[in-house]
Amino acid sequence: MAPILQLKGITKQFPGVLANDHIDLTLNKGEILALLGENGAGKSTLMNILYGLYQPDEGEILVNDKKVTIHSPTDAIKTGIGMVHQHFMLIPVFTVTENVMLGSEPVKAGDFLDRPKTADKIREISRQYKLEVNPDDRVEDLPVGVQQRVEIIKLLYREAEILIFDEPTAVLTPQEADELFLIMRSLVKQGKSIIFITHKLREVLDVADRITVIRRGKVVGQADPKTANKNELAEMMVGRAISLVVQKEVKAPGKIVLSVKDLVVADQMKQMVVDHVSFDVHAGQVLGVAGVQGNGQTELVEAVTGLRKSVSGSVDFGGTEITNASPRKITSLGSAHVPEDRQADGLVLPFTVAENLVLCTYYQEPFAKGVVLQYDKILENSISLVKDFDIRTPSPLTAVGTLSGGNQQKVIIARELSRPIQLLVASQPTRGLDVGSIEYIHKRIVQKRDEGCAVLLISPELDEIIELSDRIAVMYRGKIIATVNADNVTKETLGLLMAGIVPEKIESAPNGEKVVETTF
Amino acid sequence: MAVSSATIQRVKIGDISRVRRISTGVIEILIAAFIFFMFASKITGDALTKFVMTPGGITVGKMGDWIVQTRLTLWIMAGICLVIGIYQLIKGFGKFSTGMIGVVFLAFIFSFLTWQASGKQLNLAGMLSSSVLLAVPITLGAFSGILCERAGVVNIAIEGMMLMAAMVGALMGSITQSMWLGLFFGVLSAVLLAALHAVLSIKYKIDQIISGTVINIFSAGMTSFISQKFLQVHQELNNPIMFTRFEIPVLAKIPLIGPILFNTNFFVYLMFFLLIIIQIALFSTRWGLRMRSVGEHPKAADTLGINVIKTRYMAVLLGGMVAGIAGAFYTLGSVGRFDEGMTAGKGFIGLAAMIFGNYSPIGAIGAGFLFGFADSIGSKLSLLGSAIPSTLMSTAPYLITMIVLAGFVGKGHVPAADGKPYTKE
Amino acid sequence: MNKKNIEKQDFGKVVLNEIVGGDPKAKKQKKSVWKAIQIPVLAIITGLFIGAILIAATSETVYAAFREGFFTGLGQAFKEIGTAYLALITGSLGNPVSIVAALKSGDAAAIRSAVNPFLESLVQSTPYIFAGLACALGFRAGLFNIGVEGQLFMGAALATYVGYSITGLPVYIHLPLAILAGALGGAIWASIPGILKVTTGGNEVINCIMMNYIAYRITTFLLTGPMSRPGTGGMPVSPIIQKTAEIPQFFQTPIRFHAGFLLALLVAFAVWWVLFKSTWGLNLRTVGTNPRAAKYAGLSIAKTTILGMALSGALAGLAGANEILAVNRSMAIGLSSGYGFDSIALALLGNSHPVGVILAALLFGVLKNGATRMMVVSAIPIDIVTIIQALILIFVAAPAIIRSIYRMRKVKEESIATVTLSSWGGGK
Repeated sequence: MAPILQLKGITKQFPGVLANDHIDLTLNKGEILALLGENGAGKSTLMNILYGLYQPDEGEILVNDKKVTIHSPTDAIKTGIGMVHQHFMLIPVFTVTENVMLGSEPVKAGDFLDRPKTADKIREISRQYKLEVNPDDRVEDLPVGVQQRVEIIKLLYREAEILIFDEPTAVLTPQEADELFLIMRSLVKQGKSIIFITHKLREVLDVADRITVIRRGKVVGQADPKTANKNELAEMMVGRAISLVVQKEVKAPGKIVLSVKDLVVADQMKQMVVDHVSFDVHAGQVLGVAGVQGNGQTELVEAVTGLRKSVSGSVDFGGTEITNASPRKITSLGSAHVPEDRQADGLVLPFTVAENLVLCTYYQEPFAKGVVLQYDKILENSISLVKDFDIRTPSPLTAVGTLSGGNQQKVIIARELSRPIQLLVASQPTRGLDVGSIEYIHKRIVQKRDEGCAVLLISPELDEIIELSDRIAVMYRGKIIATVNADNVTKETLGLLMAGIVPEKIESAPNGEKVVETTF
Repeated sequence: MAVSSATIQRVKIGDISRVRRISTGVIEILIAAFIFFMFASKITGDALTKFVMTPGGITVGKMGDWIVQTRLTLWIMAGICLVIGIYQLIKGFGKFSTGMIGVVFLAFIFSFLTWQASGKQLNLAGMLSSSVLLAVPITLGAFSGILCERAGVVNIAIEGMMLMAAMVGALMGSITQSMWLGLFFGVLSAVLLAALHAVLSIKYKIDQIISGTVINIFSAGMTSFISQKFLQVHQELNNPIMFTRFEIPVLAKIPLIGPILFNTNFFVYLMFFLLIIIQIALFSTRWGLRMRSVGEHPKAADTLGINVIKTRYMAVLLGGMVAGIAGAFYTLGSVGRFDEGMTAGKGFIGLAAMIFGNYSPIGAIGAGFLFGFADSIGSKLSLLGSAIPSTLMSTAPYLITMIVLAGFVGKGHVPAADGKPYTKE
Repeated sequence: MNKKNIEKQDFGKVVLNEIVGGDPKAKKQKKSVWKAIQIPVLAIITGLFIGAILIAATSETVYAAFREGFFTGLGQAFKEIGTAYLALITGSLGNPVSIVAALKSGDAAAIRSAVNPFLESLVQSTPYIFAGLACALGFRAGLFNIGVEGQLFMGAALATYVGYSITGLPVYIHLPLAILAGALGGAIWASIPGILKVTTGGNEVINCIMMNYIAYRITTFLLTGPMSRPGTGGMPVSPIIQKTAEIPQFFQTPIRFHAGFLLALLVAFAVWWVLFKSTWGLNLRTVGTNPRAAKYAGLSIAKTTILGMALSGALAGLAGANEILAVNRSMAIGLSSGYGFDSIALALLGNSHPVGVILAALLFGVLKNGATRMMVVSAIPIDIVTIIQALILIFVAAPAIIRSIYRMRKVKEESIATVTLSSWGGGK
């Protein structure tokens, strides 16, 4: 049987980057093809070409052995290609029905929407593919897993034959992800074909029928999940043997630096998103907070760093009560914060690298005398930090917005770590970065820990958490449901905890934390 | 990723609105006290207030005058406010609080009128009737805003479009000696300005506020220029044929409501017609669904094959059309001649009405009536010889706009992509 | 990297960079200066060109000439445009022939009156400088202060009141007091929308516009009531200010050139220093460019927003005070002729930089002064200036239009927008 989809010699050039370099790809009917590659390898560009969002500079696309040109998503939909986007393309205030029908609405009497007809069809699709959803719910009221189902239904409603899943598990718990894999299997069983884009090795081995690895815009290899192993795949993906382990000294924990007790935080909608959380972070220790995104980690960090008022509870930093203190006060006590969204929170993009490097300290000596800014001191500081932290910038006076993501993050790391600090709060410090930058930043964080700094690390990436942490707290629905020792915990245990399932051997510790005593 | 927080159990933190509850209650009680001590205290027991319930010059659907005892009425109004205030303070009305604020507000306004007209007569029906007329440009301005902003384009140029349409309406209405052609050309001029706004903000992605401001400046300059160059020199060019009042059979005979709503200007009927059309089009048609999707999440709409750019252009042009009707109302439906700057910020107040009305046509018309009423209080009271200078009274619509904005901004749902240019990747 | 080297090469460009917002790596400064001003210059030329078309298109004599023949019409059109623009130039910069003649004669009085049109343009520019600075400072702080008009009124009213009601003070106390009163009036009026933005999330744009209308009505009330001049029979005009509160004029009437212009330059320098050389300015600019990062860096958005509005309003109030204390010497209704909206144009044209604002203000002053003369000579309503200003503003705000008209190469990055507003709901 002819493959349902073939890509031949797809090339796409962006200013300065060759995103796709003569990529060939084949998808057979009824299979799950995993497209594996690290961030920035060119997976998303390729899929956006397939979905009509970009036009390739060279190459051709064949569907069922017929050459097709895809100029827009509409063309893609007509060709039978559908995509579940990493960031859902759903309109939160619309109902499921409205979201599904949008763009191909059944109408009556000219232009009036026929909502019942769509709702019926949604119910039919839900039954056929076991995608449970209520057509009348508003999307914003649905959990993420269900929202993703709505995205899949959107494609099935349009009778897509080829489904592209772009990093679909990023926002799911491991258990939700397993559910998704079941759905994917059932889809291919009923004749659909799937391209599954990811950088997570475990998922590839779990669900794919075939694996294609791309690196720096090129296909670098094929693999069979039945025979391939993780290390081989990782090496293929990154291009060199990578040590998945960060070296760190074994140290006895020092005194308590940060102590959080019974903290309650509400979000904008006045909903409790951090629910009576307590923990301590010791000097020379990394406390990792694991959890699926959106379980209150963001608000917890904001409350600790002074960006958000807490409702009740207390935060104590090195013996000073800092509950609801201003960010400036907390910073001046010797705390550093690497924010989750570096472009929105951590940097002023049109400002220069030099100015961004003093963003939290420019009002202090030596950068200001009274209210007069000392630009020569600011410049001196930037020149030495650019060198120390290997920030690749044409000049310290370049606008920080023109740097690459990795270098932008290095600017933040340089600014925060160069100060004398006792506490580092790092929230997803390596999100969306290339492997080289990740390694570098990990090294810097561990170095701070070894120097005796207390580190609070928040990350949804299990690998990162396990590598860096001494202790791991798992957050689920605003609560810390367990705190475990990083040395003897398995990913599987953490996965269950992240899904809110507490294994039996957990007891309550005296200070209210739950502690997992042994390995499983 | 706003949606991801949905995984969290929805536990509302109670008692955060307690401050709000108590302060609302206190204010309501203060209003009661104000009515009792400021209005009622100097009124003797036998003073009467006479409300005329038929607008002037109306013969169909007449209604008898309504005479009340001034002091008793004020006491009752103060009592109502007091009871509501105390209940609010102690228990709170929950989700009905906003409605109760409205009741207190109405009681206050009614008390104010009763007090001002004590010993005299006040044509309440005439006041309501003029409120409706004054509400026309504000409401239509709000409709224009809804059409644009539901599609994600902030339109602060409504004022300028109205002014231009008013001028062109007067000019062309005079030249062609046809009110319909005057209306047509007036609307056309506003649509052209809307097209400019669309090109600047959608194609060139200028900040939409700046684009709107430029159009307002241009429009103010252009209308003054033409007015001085032609309209003031040749008075016959500023004397358009106007749309006159006509009564709708049967309905016009209903007392009070008939004369106010069914024996009135063409533009009032047009306003109600547009209300129904826009309300249905927005929420029940394919066109409306697509337009709203573009205002909420243009990228999602794009991935489903909806042409974001075209949809936005269409919305802005339609918005311009409605703004044009609002402008033409001044010269063809109300004043009968063009004066420089005659729209006096009603386009901006229209935007406030849109926000207050939560971006829905029904809400906007309600807000429009409120602002129209505030406007008519000012003009009517100066006729009564009120103690408050008319120049200060005339700040009422602007003040109320600010108060309403302060109270309601951010309470409703603003289209998520409002004001954000869309760049196709 | 060698520190000294960088300092030498790059630091000189920093200031330039503030103005151009361009690439510090640009090889030649000359080139980048031209790059910085080419869009505004071409925008001005294009605006004047379209204005010319408008002049011809609304002239009845041109139409009459076209009826006689195409070239007659064209000739008449050029003649009308020529007359008008010549009047614009001589009315604003002076007549070169009479300036030369006066210089030859050596008579001081004659020289003064020959250059008076230019001096008068500077007088007209003065309020524009203040108002433009007001808006520019607002933009830098991320605020769209469209309420300059109202703040100007309130500043003028307070300055007038201090100017006429207090007697017996020496000039060195009374004058600064009156000027400060003007700044205070504007600052108070502007901080109201600032406070509303911070506390309720109400967007400052609509609130500022409402405040404009309210300010206009309040000043009308004041001038017809509490502040009316006795013995004028209810004319809406205030008493004349004391001699001690006057900003001095340098020459005898009718030359109105006054010290307020120098004050404006001084204030512009102060604004530049505050914005770019002090921590206060960095606070404002950080909040204005990225409020979330500002919050992260420990700044109080609320405080900075209110302060930004108040400072912006103070500058607007100075514009009003200047007009009263230096030019009119008493307040009447219709004091401002649209400085509020013009200030936005000025700030955009000057890229929200004090130097740019001064240049833009000089241009506007020239245009306005010349237009008065043009109205006398060619009976073209003075509003032509507003139209031309609006056109210039369109081209400055959308450089892509200018680039496509003049077939210029596309630049890699558009200069950063001065202010962005997400929607009416935001700001909390």
